[in-house]
Order: sequence, then structure tokens, then C-alpha cells
Amino acid sequence: MLRIIALRLPQIALTLVLLSLAAWFAIGLMPGDPASLALVSDPRLTAEDAARLRALHGLDQPLIARYLAWAGALLRGELGYSRLYAQPVADVLWPALRSTLVLVGSAVGLAALAGVALGGLAALRPRTAPFVDAVALLGQAIPGFWLGILLIILFAVGLGWLPAGGAPQPGEAGWPFLVLPVATIAFGQMAAYARHAAAALSAELHRPFITSARARGAGEGRILWRHALPNAAVPLLTLLALDAGALVSGALVTETVFARPGMGKLLYDAVMGNDYNLALLALLLVALVTMLATLAADLAQRWLDPRIEER
Amino acid sequence: MTRLRLGLLLLALLALAALSAPLLEGWMGRDAFAPDLFARYAPPSAEYPLGADELGRDLLLRLLYGARVSLGVGVAAALAAAVLGTALGLLAAWRGGWVDAALMRLADGLLALPALPILVLLAAVDPAALGLPRGALATDMLRITAILVLFGWVGVARLARATALTLLASDYVRAARALGVTEAGVLWRHVLPGLAAPVAVASALAVAGAILAESVLSFLGLGIQPPVPSWGNMLANAQEAVFAAPLAAVWPGLAILLAVAACALVADGVARK
Repeated sequence: MLRIIALRLPQIALTLVLLSLAAWFAIGLMPGDPASLALVSDPRLTAEDAARLRALHGLDQPLIARYLAWAGALLRGELGYSRLYAQPVADVLWPALRSTLVLVGSAVGLAALAGVALGGLAALRPRTAPFVDAVALLGQAIPGFWLGILLIILFAVGLGWLPAGGAPQPGEAGWPFLVLPVATIAFGQMAAYARHAAAALSAELHRPFITSARARGAGEGRILWRHALPNAAVPLLTLLALDAGALVSGALVTETVFARPGMGKLLYDAVMGNDYNLALLALLLVALVTMLATLAADLAQRWLDPRIEER
Repeated sequence: MTRLRLGLLLLALLALAALSAPLLEGWMGRDAFAPDLFARYAPPSAEYPLGADELGRDLLLRLLYGARVSLGVGVAAALAAAVLGTALGLLAAWRGGWVDAALMRLADGLLALPALPILVLLAAVDPAALGLPRGALATDMLRITAILVLFGWVGVARLARATALTLLASDYVRAARALGVTEAGVLWRHVLPGLAAPVAVASALAVAGAILAESVLSFLGLGIQPPVPSWGNMLANAQEAVFAAPLAAVWPGLAILLAVAACALVADGVARK
């Protein structure tokens, strides 16, 4: 365990350094550095003022020198400020991360329950397998943002039961704002879980210990839940952890459709609003969360199934 | 087999519909790009089979023109990713050693990263800074295709490498080498044909992924720019008008769903064969 952690953490750190460097140069190719933005918003500024602003903020330095200065400040724990929100970046990042974790956690949990139920159905009653297959194909092929729009049309525009998006006001209940985004993400995820659960369960159900449990007179439900599922669950749990990590950034589209504040929407708004410091730090944070989730998945798998040898 | 046929049939129908767009436009005597403010949000009728959008343009025609862009980008990106992925996978399997290690670590690294935010970041790069004309359709399509290939080659390369490794160790490759066939000949005549099936599966999935990714980027306003329609930017327009014309949001999504499902069916069909 410790050996794996010691091996993987430097890899994660190296990936983050390379990613931040690549993103820094990509940002260098984007329109709108702070000085030209100031020039656009204030007509009284002259070209000399802009040049003085560039020199003041170090924008006349080469990209690599600016990167080193930025990385040095980051290592000292100075995250800097967000241009878009006019706040310290840390004050913007943490609430967004919390909101996304709530969204993704609920969605993956719901998707896992529904997926295992569907997969169990397909494994126990082979005649329902084509139906489960069709639902899985649909969930895999349906574009998440389109499903979100359809849900908005049905439940917010048509029936008026739930808000079309946004965030609750202080003192307002949060769950109505969570229902549609969670359903949107969960439906897409459920498909993969149903397929995996069906394959794993039907493989387990043909193993000798199931036959022996049947011979001892155990009921079908007990066989499925107590005997087959725990064995089939290990790869599924790994998949859940991986997905949860990937979804912290993958929720970007859903968050945009529902105008729900979160990591994805924050990153998108930062890129669109020329808030490059926030965009870069948000990107590094979601990359870190994703890679830590992958590490956690690997560790959990080894812990749950000691037969997996350490590499 | 039936899955494969169904998927190919669906794809052929979609491609045919995309190709027929100018014909239908001429037959209906209408311009898919000309606004007609008297027909804003027109409901479906004999004149406007699927209704009209916020500028009174015919939705059916725009859907068909959008198919050209969306399918074009999807297929182009997947083809480029398949060629690049096969070449790199083959190279890694054949050379082994540090080339193999470097390529596979790069692939692992790309897989471990969150793709969507990086796509958003790259899509926001100003094409003018790279010396390309800003706002041209060709630039947009090239930009999106290049970004999608950057992530798309990984899946193909891993599959191609794994298959090539088993093929390179097989008896007929050893026999060919013993007979004095050159290394290029071994790779071209004896290994490459064996990669066809796995690469076909990975490419079909890559087409689906590219169509979805293009629609997401265009939906976010970072992909194909209006007035050129793509399924993604049509959905973005439709979401702003869900109260005025809810049906307008249905068609582009349905088109994406059909295209992606068709690719998944093809991939599944080839894999089971």
C-alpha cells in the first residue's frame, strides 16, 4: 500500500507540473491579456499607459519567466486573485468544489443503485436482458446536455414542479435544485454500471459456490445479495471511484445547462471571462482530484481483493 | 451481425440526409441561412416540417446542414486518430524499449487527465495567434478536429499495440522473418492487416466520442460558430428558447443520439463478430 502511494504521488506531481506548463502556454495563445482588457474598458488609457501596465504586471516578460514567478508564488501558498469574481481564488474554489462533490456524489450513488438493480434483473432473468441492453445503449448514446434540456422542458417549463436551474437563495431548500442535474448525470452513468453488473453477476452466478448455496436451500434473493454481489462488487466499486473523479470536471456541461455553480462551470466561466489565474488553478484542482480518485480506486481494489498482486 | 447492419444502415441514412441538404433546399425553394423574421419560432407545418428557429430559418434544413458539420468533424477526427493511433501503437510494439515506454506513459498521462476542461481550455485558444484566419469554418473544423485527435489517438494506440505485440510474437511473423521479408514488409503485409478488427472497433467508438465532444464544444460556444449550424450550437440556441419553442431542442439532440447509437452498434457488432 505505502509503496504504491510513494510511487504514485511523484507521478501525480510531475503530471500536474507538465499540465500547468502546457496550460500556461495555451493561455498565452488566448485573446485578452489584462492590459488589453483594461485598454478596452477605459477609452482614456493611451498606448503608453498600456505599456506601463504591462511592465507593472510583468506582462512584458517572456512566458516562461512569468510561469516560474507564478509557480513560485503557488508553492509559497499564494493562490492570487480571481479577476472575474474580484475575490481571492481560494474563496471561489472551495465552495465550487463542495457543490460539485455533492452533485457528483449523489449522482454516482443513485446511478450505482439503479445500475446494480438493472444488472441484477438481467442476470437473474435472462429474458429481460435485451431490455436492459437497450436502456444501457440509450444511456450511453444520449448526450447529457440534451437530456438536461429535455428534463428542463418537461419538469420546469411544462409541469413547473422544479426550478430550471440556478442555485438556492440563502435559507431556501437546496434539494429541488439538485434533482434534475443529479438525474441527468445518473442516467448516463447508470448504463455502464448496469452492463458491468450484469456481466459480473451472471459470471458469478455460474460459479460452484452458488450451486452449493442453492443446494443448501438459500433463496434466490439471498444468493444474489449475499453470495454473488460481494464478489461482483469489487470491479464495480473501482469503476465508481474512477467515475466520481472524472465527473468532478465532467459535470461541466450539466452544470452549465442548469446554471449550477460548481467546478466545471467555474472553469468554463473563467476561460470565457479571461480570468486565467482562476482557470489554471481550477484546472489543476480538478486534475488533482481526478488523479487522487484513481489512486483511491486502485488502493480500494487491492484492499478489497488481496489476490491482486502489488506491482 | 444484425447490430452491425443496423448501425451501418443508420449511419448510411444519416450521411445520405446530410448529402441531400442542398437538393432539399433547392426543392423547397428556401435558404437555410437567410433569416425570415415573420417566421420566428414557426411551429411544425407543411411549410416548415420541423418548425423554424429564432431567426425564422427552417429547422429541418439547418439540421441537415448541421449533420454535414457534425458527422464531418466526427469522421475526420476519428480517422485521423485511427491513423495516428495505429501508427504509434505499431511503432511502440515493434520498437519496444524506451520508445514503447515513453509512448505508453504519455498515453497513461493523457487518460488520467480530465479531458473536458482541457478541451475547453484548448478550444478557447485564439486561432489568430497561430496565424490562422479567425472565424472561418475551415479554421473551426480544423481546430476542433485537431483538439479531438489529441485525446482520440490514445484508445486506438493501446488496442493496436496490444494486438501488434501478440501478432509480432506469432509463428507466421517469425516464418516471414526467416524467409527474409524486410521489417517494413513484415509490419505492412503481416501485422497491419491483423490490426483491422480492433482498430475498426476503436475507430467506431472514436467517431461516437468525437461527435459527442464536438456537440459539447459547439453547445458551449467554443466549437463551430454560428451562422454555420452544427447540432451542438443548434441546441445552444434552442435552450435559450425553451419557453418559446420547446420542440426545437428535441431534433438536434435526437440526431446526436442516433449518430452515437449507430456508432456504438457498429463497434459492438464488429467486436462480437
